[in-house]
Amino acid sequence: MSARMTALESLTRTTSLDQLQTPAKSGGCASSSCGSPSQPNDVNSAAWEKIKDHPCYSEEAHHYFARMHVAVAPACNIQCHYCNRKFDCANESRPGVVSEKLTPDQALRKVIAVANEVPQLSVLGIAGPGDACYDWRKTKATCERVAKEIPDIKLCISTNGLALAEHVDELAEMNVDHVTITINMIDPEIGAKIYPWIFHDHRRYTGIEAARILHKRQMLGLEMLTERGILTKINSVMIPGVNDEHLIEVNKWVKERGAFLHNVMPLISDPAHGTHYGLTGQRGPRAIELKALRNRLEGGAKLMRHCRQCRADAVGLLGEDRGQEFTLDQVPGEITYDASKRETYRDVVARERGDYITAKNDAIGMIKDAGSGGSLLVAVATKGGGRINEHFGHAKEFQVYEASAMGIKFVEHRKVEQYCLGGWGEETTLERVLAVLEGIDILLCAKIGDCPKHQLTEAGLRATDAFGYDYIETAISTLYAAEFGAEPLPTRA
Amino acid sequence: MSFRIIASQCTQCGACEFECPSGAIKFKGEAYVIDPDKCTECKGAFELQQCASVCPVPETCVPAEL
Repeated sequence: MSARMTALESLTRTTSLDQLQTPAKSGGCASSSCGSPSQPNDVNSAAWEKIKDHPCYSEEAHHYFARMHVAVAPACNIQCHYCNRKFDCANESRPGVVSEKLTPDQALRKVIAVANEVPQLSVLGIAGPGDACYDWRKTKATCERVAKEIPDIKLCISTNGLALAEHVDELAEMNVDHVTITINMIDPEIGAKIYPWIFHDHRRYTGIEAARILHKRQMLGLEMLTERGILTKINSVMIPGVNDEHLIEVNKWVKERGAFLHNVMPLISDPAHGTHYGLTGQRGPRAIELKALRNRLEGGAKLMRHCRQCRADAVGLLGEDRGQEFTLDQVPGEITYDASKRETYRDVVARERGDYITAKNDAIGMIKDAGSGGSLLVAVATKGGGRINEHFGHAKEFQVYEASAMGIKFVEHRKVEQYCLGGWGEETTLERVLAVLEGIDILLCAKIGDCPKHQLTEAGLRATDAFGYDYIETAISTLYAAEFGAEPLPTRA
Repeated sequence: MSFRIIASQCTQCGACEFECPSGAIKFKGEAYVIDPDKCTECKGAFELQQCASVCPVPETCVPAEL
């Protein structure tokens, strides 16, 4: 077992020596289905084959696989009130923001450089700034060149849908099997409040007419993708007072038309970003409002809850961004693809993840069987693999899980400043971390110092590293059993 | 007569380049530039100038005499 863990961890970069020496804990062969990798219960087999390595489409895959975005298609045919195309800051993390735009040739070099260095890489996306379907020649050239060099990489594009329908057949031919459409409305009256104009059929349209055309084109594009078996994720920006209630209707419409996943994201409207909404004081939703809306949408189109609203040139696992390591000036002019790291990593993951899914399903089953009415909100420090394997002081975010009679559910992630930078923790940072962790019952991490642990306890938050390197769900089910007197799972070594 | 791009405001998205029916827009050095000899203001091709219609930044793609 420890050999597996060593292989998985040693292939990823952010690994310390003590971790390599830590024996892995696992559900392992104690479980009945050892050797037969299972899949999550809520996805059919055909879809699972498509999403199992896609971090954005599968919450399970996001523990293992990484995406990268290349900004090759900067031209756009729509103006949105939440977008400002002049603003760019390297320290910022939000959709549409990039440090450099690339030609298809430059993009190819960058993809190869990342594929050689980041073994988790499984998906290449074109996600802005601009629209991948409108700036089509560059999108197509990039996809074709990358697919030729790295045939197993999954291609993925993001679009506003206006120019989608005319490229659906080419997308299918190019084996693009994941498309994200941003759909914020199905009612043009509401659309007119979000989109000042669109450019379609060689002219600019404004107001309700613009929104009506956009709506029609989005629905047509979605239906065409569904017909061809291309998985479609719908992104919706939640804008309080504009479309928040309306997104319930949007969710119904896209579900009826075959959307695979619905991702409701909070509006980002900092005045410093210079967007129309930022400048006019339109506020974004509070975390609790977003959570409430997502809960109301349960039962409709399947919801995505692990989105990080990453930059349009992000590189790495969803919780991290290594984009700054792969700017064009750091990529060699001549570069050859070396498949070895990615291949080895995939082999290791194939073994590891079957084990994880089994352990996870066992843990969730145990909690459901317990039939208790209690619930626990648990924050986890992790850097992948579905394990509690990040130090409290090194965590840039905590993943939040809810354990209740319904099972164990990933709820959201909460970003924090790293408490421990260079070996020492700062008082004020800890206070901010505590604020972020409001409402959490228990915090799980690989390691935590006595001092911050004590302070967390004083603030009413239990923190423990007793489950370090365990699977997340296994640890939560054990805690749940202790808390509510359910029968715990047999001990796993 | 032609249109011109105010370089300091241009986001270099390039939308104007591929909408131009006359091939008058090119990326030169650091900026997109409209060749006044090739620009027809879209006369005979479209009702409105394509570059100005698609440009996302207000008052950035404008008649040259302004």
